Amino acid sequence: MPRISVKVDGVTYDDDVEPRLLLVHYLRDWLGKVGTPIGCDTTNCGACTVLMDGSSVKSCSVLAVQADGSEVTTIEGLAADGQMHPMQKSFHEEHALQCGYCTPGMILAATDLLRDNPNPSDDEIRDGLEGNLCRCTGYQNIVRAVRRAAAEMTESAAATDPKEARV
Amino acid sequence: MTEQAQATPGAAKEIGARRARKEDARLITGQTRWTDSIQVPGLLQMAVLRSPMAHARITRIDVSPALDRPGVLAAFSGRDFADEQGSLPCAWPVTEDMAQPPNPPLAVDEVRYAGDAVAVVVARDRYSAADALEAIEIDYEPLPPVLDLEEALADGAPLVHSDLGTNKCYDFHMPAGDYQAARDRAQAEGGIVMKRRYLQQRLQPSAMEPRAVVVEPIAAAGEFTLYSATQIPHILRLLLAMTTGVPEHKIRVVAPDVGGGFGSKLNLYAEESIALLVARRLGRPVKWTESRSENYQATIHGRGQIQDIEVAATREGRLLGLKVSLVADMGAYLQLITPGVPLLGAFMYPGIYKMDAYDFSCTGVFTTKTPTDAYRGAGRPEATYAIERAMDDLAQELGIDPIELRRQNWIRHEEFPFDTIAGLTYDSGNYEAATDEALRLFGYEELRREQAERRDRGDPVQLGIGISIYTEMCGIAPSRVLGSLSFGGGGWEYASVRMLPTGKVEVVTGASPHGQGHDTTFSQIVADALGVPFDDVELIHGDTKSSHKGLDTYGSRSLAVGGIAITQACGRVIEKARKVAAHLLEAADTDIEFSGGTFRVRGAPESAKTIQEVVLATHLAHDMPEGVEPSLDADATFDPENFSFPHGSHLVAAEVDTQTGFTKIRSYVAVDDCGRVINPLVVEGQVVGGIAQGLAQALYEEATYDADGNLTSGTLADYLVPAAPDVPEITMARTETPATTNPLGVKGIGEAGTIGSTPAVVNAIVDALRHLGVDDVDMPCTPERVWRAIQESSAASA
Repeated sequence: MPRISVKVDGVTYDDDVEPRLLLVHYLRDWLGKVGTPIGCDTTNCGACTVLMDGSSVKSCSVLAVQADGSEVTTIEGLAADGQMHPMQKSFHEEHALQCGYCTPGMILAATDLLRDNPNPSDDEIRDGLEGNLCRCTGYQNIVRAVRRAAAEMTESAAATDPKEARV
Repeated sequence: MTEQAQATPGAAKEIGARRARKEDARLITGQTRWTDSIQVPGLLQMAVLRSPMAHARITRIDVSPALDRPGVLAAFSGRDFADEQGSLPCAWPVTEDMAQPPNPPLAVDEVRYAGDAVAVVVARDRYSAADALEAIEIDYEPLPPVLDLEEALADGAPLVHSDLGTNKCYDFHMPAGDYQAARDRAQAEGGIVMKRRYLQQRLQPSAMEPRAVVVEPIAAAGEFTLYSATQIPHILRLLLAMTTGVPEHKIRVVAPDVGGGFGSKLNLYAEESIALLVARRLGRPVKWTESRSENYQATIHGRGQIQDIEVAATREGRLLGLKVSLVADMGAYLQLITPGVPLLGAFMYPGIYKMDAYDFSCTGVFTTKTPTDAYRGAGRPEATYAIERAMDDLAQELGIDPIELRRQNWIRHEEFPFDTIAGLTYDSGNYEAATDEALRLFGYEELRREQAERRDRGDPVQLGIGISIYTEMCGIAPSRVLGSLSFGGGGWEYASVRMLPTGKVEVVTGASPHGQGHDTTFSQIVADALGVPFDDVELIHGDTKSSHKGLDTYGSRSLAVGGIAITQACGRVIEKARKVAAHLLEAADTDIEFSGGTFRVRGAPESAKTIQEVVLATHLAHDMPEGVEPSLDADATFDPENFSFPHGSHLVAAEVDTQTGFTKIRSYVAVDDCGRVINPLVVEGQVVGGIAQGLAQALYEEATYDADGNLTSGTLADYLVPAAPDVPEITMARTETPATTNPLGVKGIGEAGTIGSTPAVVNAIVDALRHLGVDDVDMPCTPERVWRAIQESSAASA
């Protein structure tokens, strides 16, 4: 069995895995990272979205061996230094979740969206999250939450970067 | 706000506040406990082999080759459990002679839908279990599928259950008033008798979390803990006891974090029963987790009805009578409330309108498809769809503005409480206020002008205005009414309030949340009732060991029934505490006032004790009044006197491209009235989420089968659950007409959005195309269907 080395939420794991093992099952069944849920078997729902080397991937369509050598961030590792990520906070404040099952994937996909486009329009947010399904919210508050997080992150980036503050 | 909420004792600080939810912390950080995440020592994985055929006899089955596969501990077919598996229960025999065929968890001799479970493998891990399913040898002798509802009722049709001699499950008839006389009058007086057929496609509920179950046995003691992604831990425990023979007190059911339900987790499912039987047989804990493809085959579907509607009205548009004849698809077996779903609609076809006569009948039919059961709204969306489509069609036939036609017939606000023709008593409502507000926000007149302009200039993109003014019956329900409908359960809810020595409060509820926000809403109620901080309240639910009694969450009942039980239990705590406070303050009970968490002696406000002081004094019990027990804890069981009847006015402007058939929702205004609002944030979330699901029925979703009875919408790649770009921004507002049948004045809101939205959207599409000769488009109104409807009507008129 191939040996892989993957850093997940700041901790490096070395394991011998079956080549067919999905990353999401590696996270859940091997590492106990059960904050990442599974919602489908056809790569449609996005509930299992994680960040792999900073980019969002659906961990049900990545093999664990493909993650060898990479750094994975799950919803459990998104908060830094005990501080919730602005996207987590804004999902809470805007009531952008109900059952919460899609929420880990939705939050991680949204953070990746803002990395590409720090100030998206509502339509760009909706298009950017097209690969993540939510059955509870009707998406309206998710759009608001991403907008709010974008504003907050732009503001705090401006506050810490004097060059941007002048722009 | 059209009316102020009723005043309640004490200041309402929390009730009405837009509190962000206390549930969120774990959900946004991944510190969740979904059933599939649960690990227990020695846990084995179960996988289920399903029938690939819609209808077939099992002529041979051999599970033993699976045992040779690596990691496999056991494999079983239906024959291995034939003597002990019993039949999955149906709790709603809607007529005395309803056909109720056996519903074995594992098929033994015959499979009756593609996805019917036939065997299981138990292995050390999920991959080994799934692999070994392929080794099971099974021979099927195909039988003809039964797919079309009307063909199924024809003489000589192939039978789903040959023992029954028919595919008919039941005929239910509910006449009220003299429909024939109403019809005759319409004809005699130059009025109208309008007939329509509307189709309710099958839907796949699609909760984001598929089902899962973990059963942990203590074999020596005959005890079982069952974790399940369920809406109904309490009912499930009872059903498991009734079907498996394990005594009720030896079963503990836990609903941990549950990722949505929408009615689809309101059942005893085959896999729950089988997992328990397997765990009992092996003496080992077992987990089964559904894949999405399994979810679409083996979790109940919703809707699935043919609706024949006849409306009799005067020439001026006054409704005289309504006749509804349904054919309802049961699917292959009766699940928990399969036959009763159309009956929940039976009372709602008259909707918000007055009329002289009503005649409802429904024929339930077996097909070789996945069983149907409750899906968000359960019967009421179907009813609302039919009446609100019919009102728009009638307005067209009579040349009356559809809003005016509704105004002419609806129950006016001063007429409440109102006894409807269907036999319900609507306690309160104000359709005028909600509709006026909706029209204002929508810009109705302006949009009508634009519609006319687009028609005049032959714009390829036509504008349609859709209207839906709904009410619905929820907060299920008064037990005596359920009994009168032959439903096999009650409708009360339980709560218990426990005062901890530090003044913190634990509240046990029998409601079982799966996304609704009970912890937050109920904490707000308790905070106001007891005068304690919101954060000092903790909810306990979803575990029959700690929340021992309850009837769970469905039918928008948790607040309107469960919330009242909590309110009553809080009231009892205060009454107990009043005695202790009086003793501590050396005053008579009758002189003690309670407000904002403090007991005061009337006329001597400086003489006071906070509730926390009284709680601690009671806990210490050093100085209790004579004959008073040292506890302030209290419980309550509330059985409502009536359903609750939220209502709302939904208006949709749709742009329909006549060249491509594509529909774009340009604006959607929803003014809903669910009585007094505890948490506007939560209510708005329920409304907009509900609208998205109803709109999805109108535009996107349909469970489809091929000619052999295979589900062809069996994955999320084939079944179009809308994504963010597919759902429009909803403009929401509220009116507040308090319920008069419960002390909080609240009405359920969990299903209202779904109930109101579907006809609003389809009415808008049809309205855009009426001048082209289109008077119906079947759901979902895909671009292809809309385009074809336009082509067919232009071909017909050419």
